[in-house]
Amino acid sequence: MENILTIKNLTKKFGALTAVKDLSFSIKKGNVYGILGPNGSGKSTTLGIVLNVVNATSGKFIWFDGNTSTHDALKKVGAIIEHPNFYPYMTATQNLKLVCQIKGVSSPKIEEKLEIVGLLDRKDSKFNTFSLGMKQRLAIASALLNDPEILILDEPTNGLDPQGIHQIREIIKKIASQGTTILLASHLLDEVEKVCSHVVIIRKGVKLYSGRVDEMNASYGFFELKSNQNSILKEWLSKHKDFKNFKEEEDKITAFLAHELDAESLNRQLFKEGIVLTHIVKRKESLEEQFLQLTNNLN
Amino acid sequence: MLRLLNIEFQKLKYNKAAKIIVITYFVLITFIALIASIEFNFAGINFRIADQGIFNFPYIWHFNTYIAAWAKLFLAIVIVSMMANEYSHRTLKQNLIDGLSKKEFIASKFLTVGVFAIISTLFLFIVSLILGLSFSDYNEFSIVFSDLEYVLAYLVKLIGFFAFCMFLGIFVKRSAFALGFLFIWWVIENIIYALLKFKIFKGTQIADTIVQFFPLESMSNLISEPFSRLNFIQSAANQLGESLHRDYVVHWYEILIVLAWTTIFVNFSYRLLKKRDL
Repeated sequence: MENILTIKNLTKKFGALTAVKDLSFSIKKGNVYGILGPNGSGKSTTLGIVLNVVNATSGKFIWFDGNTSTHDALKKVGAIIEHPNFYPYMTATQNLKLVCQIKGVSSPKIEEKLEIVGLLDRKDSKFNTFSLGMKQRLAIASALLNDPEILILDEPTNGLDPQGIHQIREIIKKIASQGTTILLASHLLDEVEKVCSHVVIIRKGVKLYSGRVDEMNASYGFFELKSNQNSILKEWLSKHKDFKNFKEEEDKITAFLAHELDAESLNRQLFKEGIVLTHIVKRKESLEEQFLQLTNNLN
Repeated sequence: MLRLLNIEFQKLKYNKAAKIIVITYFVLITFIALIASIEFNFAGINFRIADQGIFNFPYIWHFNTYIAAWAKLFLAIVIVSMMANEYSHRTLKQNLIDGLSKKEFIASKFLTVGVFAIISTLFLFIVSLILGLSFSDYNEFSIVFSDLEYVLAYLVKLIGFFAFCMFLGIFVKRSAFALGFLFIWWVIENIIYALLKFKIFKGTQIADTIVQFFPLESMSNLISEPFSRLNFIQSAANQLGESLHRDYVVHWYEILIVLAWTTIFVNFSYRLLKKRDL
């Protein structure tokens, strides 16, 4: 598959602090990527480097096939970093027109993109009269102006109220469904889980994992079981080699798999042993649980 | 190039404060014409400034460029804030993310500064030409278009000064502080000059030789004050037993020094921008 962005051994030092350490990963066309990491883990710095606003200490990054200069490549990228930055004294349309001039695209798209983010009725209002949520939506419209090959979003719902968060998420989902490659940075853990197919997890500038979301943990998931014969069930589980461990909460037993095992065969086996289940659910760890496991493992 | 100018023009077009200051600037230049109407009584003699030959060709080129150069401080405000605002609105970051290279960013600013200087020069040229044609005692073609090096010096002076403002805007990142810095720089240059002239190299020309290489001093050296060239000042000085002899000529090396500073400031601006993390 076609590479959109390749990062090789990227390192950034701010004085004594190493914000990004020997980071490598690549972004392929058509996938939706999430970059996850706690605050201060180097996500924004990494994005800043590939977006030409932060200078890397060492390492390199390649946009597309590597034949275009960074600033020309950025014309095919839509990016929103932290806070929406526009000229406060210009209206929404005027600001977007300026972006069109910088990106070298024609301006008829402005109204279409304002429509997507629901700002068309405020197109002639000055930027400094906008609420934070509207500013953020304008930023998304601006990032979409060039119909980008990849949309980079750095914590796009930071500081928004629930309604604003919801609006932004809906917009992101809509864009993702149209097949645009998306790179989304953190905070939207549950959103990342729903939208992203791939994830890069970094902590203190070090990459912990990169790959598909569903392959993130070498985990086969877990069963939630209930039975009226819990003590026999527990004994059976502790002997069985398919389960690595289990825990009991009230009358519910959560059993973690060590090997692949589907619900039907488990149920069948238990029934043969004379254990009748009243409740059986097979689940995978949520991204949040996996993320916390991964980031905590280092401590 | 046109794209870069367009981008910058778009940024300035909607900025009310910038627009007002730019308009004020050009109105101010036309007000030079008002000097013509100044009249006063001195020891019973009625003086009309316009009759003292200040609008005579080719002297008018010297006089008007010198006077109009003061108004450049107005444009300095616009230029400093158009640089510093990119930092305070954090739009510089957004511009770069949108695909403007750092080189293009500096180029768009410097081109705008250049256009300001060129328009101002053309404007002054036209205003002076009209004033001269109305008041000058000599209207022969060869006299009208002599001494035009002052107009060239004016252009170079503006470009140099604006490049300095541009650099300060990027360097300091805050418009008010950048303007303050400009003033402090001017004070420092003068203090150094005073120290050299009256303490270290007392009674020699060495101080002047050194100071002519300072940025602000080199710009002000381009067009020396024109007043002592006026007949009535000369004759007044003669009556007091003083003869005023100054070097009014625009020297090629003075232009070269200012152009060198311009290159340095634009270059430094670019390097500073390149080195900084935003």
